[in-house]
Amino acid sequence: MDLKERLCADTWTNSSSSRKELPKKVPPDHQSFTNFSLQQHQQKWEDPSILDYGTRIEPQFPEFKQSFETPSLITCSPNNQTKIADQPDSQMNETHDASRVKDWDPRAMLNNLSFLEQKIHQLQDLVHLIVGRRGQVVGQSDELAAQQQQLVTADLTSIIIQLISTAGSLLPSVKHTLSSANPSISQFGGALFPSGTGSVLPQNISGSKISDQSNPVDLTGNCRTEQNCPLEEHELKDEEDVDDGENLPPGSYEILQLEKEEILAPHTHFCMICGKGFKRDANLRMHMRGHGDEYKTPAALAKPNKESSSEPMLIKRYSCPYTGCKRNKDHKKFQPLKTILCVKNHYKRTHCDKSYTCSRCNTKKFSVIADLKTHEKHCGRDKWLCSCGTTFSRKDKLFGHIALFQGHTPAIALDETKGSAAETSDRGESNEAANKVGYIGFNFGTNAPGGSGVQNAVDVKGSVIDDPTVYFSPLNFDACNVGGFHEFPRPPFEDSESSFSFLISGSCNYPRKAGGESGSNDLE
Amino acid sequence: MKKQKATHELIFNHFDLLSEEIVFAILDCLNDNPLDKKSFSLVCKSFYAIESRHRKTLKPLRSEHLTTILNRYPSVTHLDLSLCPRITDNSLTVISLVCKKMLRSIDLSRSRFFSHVGLSNLVVNCSNLVEIDLSNSTELRDSAAAAIAEAKNLERLWLARCKSITDIGIGCIAVGCRKLRLINLKWCLGVGDLGVGLIAIKCKEIQSLDLSYLPITNKCLPPILKLQYLEDLFLEGCFGIDDDSLAVLKQGCKSLKMLDMSSCQNISHVGLSSLTSGTECLRQLILAYGSPVTLALADSLQNLSMLQSIKLDGCLVTCSGLKAIGNWCVSLREISLSKCLGVTDKGLSSLVTKHEDLRKLDITCCRKITHVSIAHITNSCTSLTSLRMESCTLVPREAFVLIGQRCHFLEELDLTDNEIDDEGLKSISRCSKLSSLKLGICLDITDEGLTDIGMCCSKLVELDLYRSAGIMDSGILAIARGCTGLEMINIAYCKDITDSSLIALSKCSELKMLESRGCPLITSLGLAAIAVGCKQLTKLDIKKCYNINDAGMIPLAHFSQNLRQINLSYSSVTDMGLLSLASISCLQSMTILHLKGLTSNGLRAALLACGGIRKVKLETSFKQLLPQPLFQHLEARGCVFQWRDKVFQAELDPKCWKLQLEDMQ
Repeated sequence: MDLKERLCADTWTNSSSSRKELPKKVPPDHQSFTNFSLQQHQQKWEDPSILDYGTRIEPQFPEFKQSFETPSLITCSPNNQTKIADQPDSQMNETHDASRVKDWDPRAMLNNLSFLEQKIHQLQDLVHLIVGRRGQVVGQSDELAAQQQQLVTADLTSIIIQLISTAGSLLPSVKHTLSSANPSISQFGGALFPSGTGSVLPQNISGSKISDQSNPVDLTGNCRTEQNCPLEEHELKDEEDVDDGENLPPGSYEILQLEKEEILAPHTHFCMICGKGFKRDANLRMHMRGHGDEYKTPAALAKPNKESSSEPMLIKRYSCPYTGCKRNKDHKKFQPLKTILCVKNHYKRTHCDKSYTCSRCNTKKFSVIADLKTHEKHCGRDKWLCSCGTTFSRKDKLFGHIALFQGHTPAIALDETKGSAAETSDRGESNEAANKVGYIGFNFGTNAPGGSGVQNAVDVKGSVIDDPTVYFSPLNFDACNVGGFHEFPRPPFEDSESSFSFLISGSCNYPRKAGGESGSNDLE
Repeated sequence: MKKQKATHELIFNHFDLLSEEIVFAILDCLNDNPLDKKSFSLVCKSFYAIESRHRKTLKPLRSEHLTTILNRYPSVTHLDLSLCPRITDNSLTVISLVCKKMLRSIDLSRSRFFSHVGLSNLVVNCSNLVEIDLSNSTELRDSAAAAIAEAKNLERLWLARCKSITDIGIGCIAVGCRKLRLINLKWCLGVGDLGVGLIAIKCKEIQSLDLSYLPITNKCLPPILKLQYLEDLFLEGCFGIDDDSLAVLKQGCKSLKMLDMSSCQNISHVGLSSLTSGTECLRQLILAYGSPVTLALADSLQNLSMLQSIKLDGCLVTCSGLKAIGNWCVSLREISLSKCLGVTDKGLSSLVTKHEDLRKLDITCCRKITHVSIAHITNSCTSLTSLRMESCTLVPREAFVLIGQRCHFLEELDLTDNEIDDEGLKSISRCSKLSSLKLGICLDITDEGLTDIGMCCSKLVELDLYRSAGIMDSGILAIARGCTGLEMINIAYCKDITDSSLIALSKCSELKMLESRGCPLITSLGLAAIAVGCKQLTKLDIKKCYNINDAGMIPLAHFSQNLRQINLSYSSVTDMGLLSLASISCLQSMTILHLKGLTSNGLRAALLACGGIRKVKLETSFKQLLPQPLFQHLEARGCVFQWRDKVFQAELDPKCWKLQLEDMQ
């Protein structure tokens, strides 16, 4: 584990400790929260401006599409056709969703139906393929067969998901209630399951945020990660890291190992009615409320586990499917992962490409969007820089890093060496001057009357740094600077051309060289 | 070319019989007077060449000639630029190109106008640099520190008062200069726990660490105390370190020999005992201006079995505390109780009677002690070499006789502002090793006593007679005759002294410092004699010598080519005199207040002519009279102006002056 992760662990433990405090404080407010959000919910229920949601949702779409696209890229890679086919469809779907809030469009329904038809055909083809493969498999190695099978299952899952979601959207009434119920869902998620989403609470209090947050949550489950509030992310990472010290005796827990495709699949919980996918069961249950009163009962909303909590449950732990990974159950020092979310984040972070690049610094890359979001919040604020390129938000972290590694040095902040641009231009001039040594004197001569003595000193110096010949010219600073004060014996003109090369190389090789400071110092 | 010529010359020289090593060995002995080597080099070309190759250290006066002198002296390893106020990046580049790997040590503590660019050139080209002094470079920033960090062989680094350097810069140095043995970060206010901690983590060979007045806390202490070779630790004025944080430290640094915890107000005996636990080697402990010296504090330190010196200046001292220190099993060599409150006869006596090996004792301004203390000191501490007891006002004149009777090994004696009389001086004249004697504001001494001193104390180097108004010419004559090695003499406000004293003093050829303020009888004649006789004169103060005029300045300008500092205020020197002084190439500091004959034109000419001048004290009125570009030009050369707006003060009678002083107290 690299240092950064450990640093994270530090902060996470901190945040987790503060989290422990949180629930204690929360209960009294808790009630009022739900009240508050219910009130809001009701308000919005009656509010004719609900229709506005359609327009509010729209700006979210591009984001949605993007995030939708990425997982499908992964899952549907062998099946390009499907991908191309379903993309515009889903897009259309969404726009329809929005518009259908006002008005139900039979043409769209027709579209959807034909899409369903197409999908079912694809499904059929795939199954055919499987059947066909089963026949061929005999000759192939087991591993290859298993791989192919995995791919096929992946395709299947994605197609089925799309099928269900499109089928779900065919029901206009459902859609209507769904979209109007949207805003409240995330609130409830927060309010009712503080242990799950924990510190989401304070963020949801502000009414203005409600619409922002709820939209992506409901429309696209996988957008959730992007919109997660930082505390929630912390929690996730926390879980992954903290279990290092858990030390459950082997065998005291059940090891589950999800396959790669399952891990990378965007959702794990799907609505049986509309097919919408969710990352968390709790969110799904919230979502279900929109499908009818029967889902609104406390029993339906409660955690399913709680009912069966009286029974002794075998603790579940997860294994990473990547062979050779420490989190893989076959590893000698296997360390299980605590939750599915841990598995997902771990897998993406450790075994996937870092495809999300920070748009601000264009250097940091992440495989988990949440990580990118966390980074983007701090990007640019990490002013503590190490020579290795690592940045730190805190000085003590930088110094801890430097203390730990050999050869790492704190890097000087840019603002201190600023003015290097001016210096390079100076250098250009002086190089020119160096070519025509005869002009040096003339050069300075013209400079001298231009400004006051002090300014001249700067000018002369700025160029002289790179032009060693000046030293050896009789036009020394004092003499050329203030005409008439020739009281100093001048250094004789000495030929030391052999040393020029040393100077030039010496001064140019220095990486952090900048003239800005020298200039300012001179003026003091 | 030069070298070839030199060897060519040697063939025809009888001196050729001596090998260069032998000549070098002879030259090694010519250290007392810098002029000796100069004379040697001027004998002939071969001598010139040999001297050029022999010289290891160089302290140039002007940076303009750097190229020439560095080319002349190829063996220079130590370059002291503290007399060159203006060292630009150019100068540093020249140095780095000429000296290359020969250079091992450079002192830039008094220079300005250079930046990280020059430092970087220096460090890259002179890769064998072991020692860099960058103190007082307040403009240097982290980029300069990063440049220093490239000096991989650096062992000693002074960064005192580099206020703009932060943890980041220090971090660079810590990573880059792994061989550091000494680092001085005094007053580097931008450096905190992190930078200091990193130094301690990365530079394992640190022996001396000065962290005075840094905003550090206990956080950086654990790695510091783990340093294996740390001997000297300065934590003066570190207010962030307190008892609570020190209590956590179980073990102090084992190798520590010197600990300075002056002005650490938040540390009491509790923290001190935890810091010093395990430091068996501790020799010197400085706790000046700290917590009260009580029984508890003394007890907490009694386990330091190697302790030789303790300084408690300015602390509140209790009798029981001193007694407990007296009961330590170690025998201290040095105790300083300067300006301590609460030092009584009882406490001091019980202290000194136990530490009979005491060599140095400082009881400056212990105003409660009487002859009882002096009797105890002189009785038990007979091997004292230094006794400083300025302003022990209750000590009667008889007590000083005891000092001369029993402490024959005294080398340094400070009796400023005491009641000593001629009897006492006569007794003290038995201390034949005396080299420094301070008798300022001793109104009861006369020529008689001073003659005794002059006759017996032939090793006297420093004599202070400031405001000892009873002294006249005959006393000084005796001193000049007996103490030929005299280097410093202060006869300020001894108003009866005349030119004959100065003429006598001109025989002291070693004289470097002469202060004769407020001696109205001294004229240019006396000064001329000094100028001719004392070629070493570097510091001259003739303020309020109203009878000194231009006639004194001309010989001074001609003969005193080593003069660095002069105070001419209130004298009768005019433009002419000042202008002639300007020919002294060493002259760096001038104080010229209330010179009636000085015009703005004369001043301007003199200032321009003084190429090496770096500090001028002037009346504020000249600020308007002189053109602004002149100041700009001079400041660019490295000169600093100090403006004074004091009214002309008439001189008081010495006795009256002392009464006035006592009234103020």
